[in-house]
Amino acid sequence: MMTKIGQSGSDLPTPARVNGEGPRVLRAGFIPLVDASVLIAAAEFGFARKEGVTLDLVKDVSWANVRDRLAFRQFEIAHMLSPMPVASMLGLGSNPSPTITPFSLGQGGNAITLSTRLFERMREIAGIAENATALENAEALAKVLEVMRKRGEPLPTLGMTYPFSSHNYEFRYWLAAGGIDPDRDVKLVVVPPPMTSDALAAGAIDGFCVGAPWNMVASERGVGRIVAAKQDIWPSAPEKVIGMRPDWAESRPETVSRLLVALDEAARWCDRPENHDALAEALASPRFIAAPVDIIRHVLAGQFSLDAKGNRRIIEDYFTFHRGFANYPRPSHALWLYSQMIRWGQAEFNERGLRAAASAYRPDLYRAALGTGPANADIGIEGERDGDRFMDGHVFDPSNIAAYIENFAVRSPLADNAERHEI
Amino acid sequence: MRAPDLTILVMDENAIRASIIEEGLREAGHSNVTVIHEVQGVARIIETLKPDVIVIDIENPNRDMMEHLFQLTRTVSRPIAMFVDRSDTALIEAAMEAGVSAYVVDGLKKERVKSILDMAVSRFNAFSRLQRELAEAKSALEERKVIERAKGILMKMRGLSEEEAFALLRQTAMNEKKKMSEIAQSVVTAAGLLM
Repeated sequence: MMTKIGQSGSDLPTPARVNGEGPRVLRAGFIPLVDASVLIAAAEFGFARKEGVTLDLVKDVSWANVRDRLAFRQFEIAHMLSPMPVASMLGLGSNPSPTITPFSLGQGGNAITLSTRLFERMREIAGIAENATALENAEALAKVLEVMRKRGEPLPTLGMTYPFSSHNYEFRYWLAAGGIDPDRDVKLVVVPPPMTSDALAAGAIDGFCVGAPWNMVASERGVGRIVAAKQDIWPSAPEKVIGMRPDWAESRPETVSRLLVALDEAARWCDRPENHDALAEALASPRFIAAPVDIIRHVLAGQFSLDAKGNRRIIEDYFTFHRGFANYPRPSHALWLYSQMIRWGQAEFNERGLRAAASAYRPDLYRAALGTGPANADIGIEGERDGDRFMDGHVFDPSNIAAYIENFAVRSPLADNAERHEI
Repeated sequence: MRAPDLTILVMDENAIRASIIEEGLREAGHSNVTVIHEVQGVARIIETLKPDVIVIDIENPNRDMMEHLFQLTRTVSRPIAMFVDRSDTALIEAAMEAGVSAYVVDGLKKERVKSILDMAVSRFNAFSRLQRELAEAKSALEERKVIERAKGILMKMRGLSEEEAFALLRQTAMNEKKKMSEIAQSVVTAAGLLM
């Protein structure tokens, strides 16, 4: 049963049609993942209704569909991967159509899982401990790959979710930090999130990087071992966002504003541990994630089963839905994503690209609706605060992206064009 | 002069719909049509077939996987992108609505793709209509069956003629503002409990 928040006095819905912006029924596409929580909670627990907005949630099967349905007006807003609006503004990928985000859906949620078979070899060859760090695990995998290469064994196949995804960049970041070239030493493929656990069990892939709950689904089944969480790679790394068409947002400022107020309230609610049981129950429903409620509850609490042998790890703030301005669409993050696109040869580095990438994230809309925002600059240095460092110790300076990319020992040969375009 | 024949790959998990599309393409004069129902080994198929146009159903969760393949220049020698004609968004919207999408190689004239996509859209819609009609016919048949059974029960239990039993069901449905099949279902259920 779904629980709805009570309707008392001030909760009465406002009329759904104001100021000639048309009816406020927003069709919202989403992919079944725990990081869609804020959007789902806004629709299910009355936060949208309180703002006079009706969210019509539509479950979809691929990010390509979400992107196209948003572009071709079947959706007004969508749950999207944080790099998708950036790629769209840069004109990258199939069907890039202008897309912005005024609201991030929070931080955290991803992890990297390897097959138990591959992890056993890491233990045999590199002798790593059960509680090895993410970096130690990556270095151990590098040693295993070295042995596999010498023996002429086929390259391991690793799954992620979409070419322009946090998972693609986080997987690559982790591999490269361990000295592994993701384009040469392994084979990266795309696997839809709900299929990752089965693909691992069937031996079609040897590992994957995907959002919750799918890592835990694999580890509890005993087919995978979690070797790194998003927090290990970069705690602030942007995850999912609410995407919309810029022309739509411009013509409906009042609707956008009310939507952001509703999402902000929903995010605040999702952050409170006492609401996690109700949230887990809603998410587990076949209408949304269709996964065991216990696993979702553990995921929300950051209680990780690393494998089926009982090795556990608690990850503080595995999900941050609201606090610390987790919903603020920080242009620095858009530029970091752009730097990773350049690093891996997806994008070229130039002045126009910088402007386009930063324009995908719209803190102005966030501030206009919520009247608040973080004190630090929108574009600033990332990864230099304690508790928010990159796993390899690099620091991202958006004013010197070319040097940042050049400092990575592992990068695509295509990224070397960046040096010539230094600005 | 006729343009050289296009190589077309149709990816549809629904085998019946795929063959309807294939037939349509052949009727329109396309002879190089390949149909696949699952994505296993699709990278190799694309590599050897070198299709000019790929038609894919959008309920297929492997669209993301396809787009990743197109990103990798080592898999395909010629860039492939989703077919989008910004001057004709109605066509693309109709395609999304129908549940079909197309990818084309770089440099292909949009008029040549448009006719293929138009055909795919109309066949996709025809297929959905067919499915809907089939489902409706099935449920109409079910409804008729249950009304027949309810009539039989009423005739037996209340000693009514067939016409009287039918009239009673219809009158009750009108009074209760329900469908006759719903009343009939209640009669059948109740009879099951009582007898």
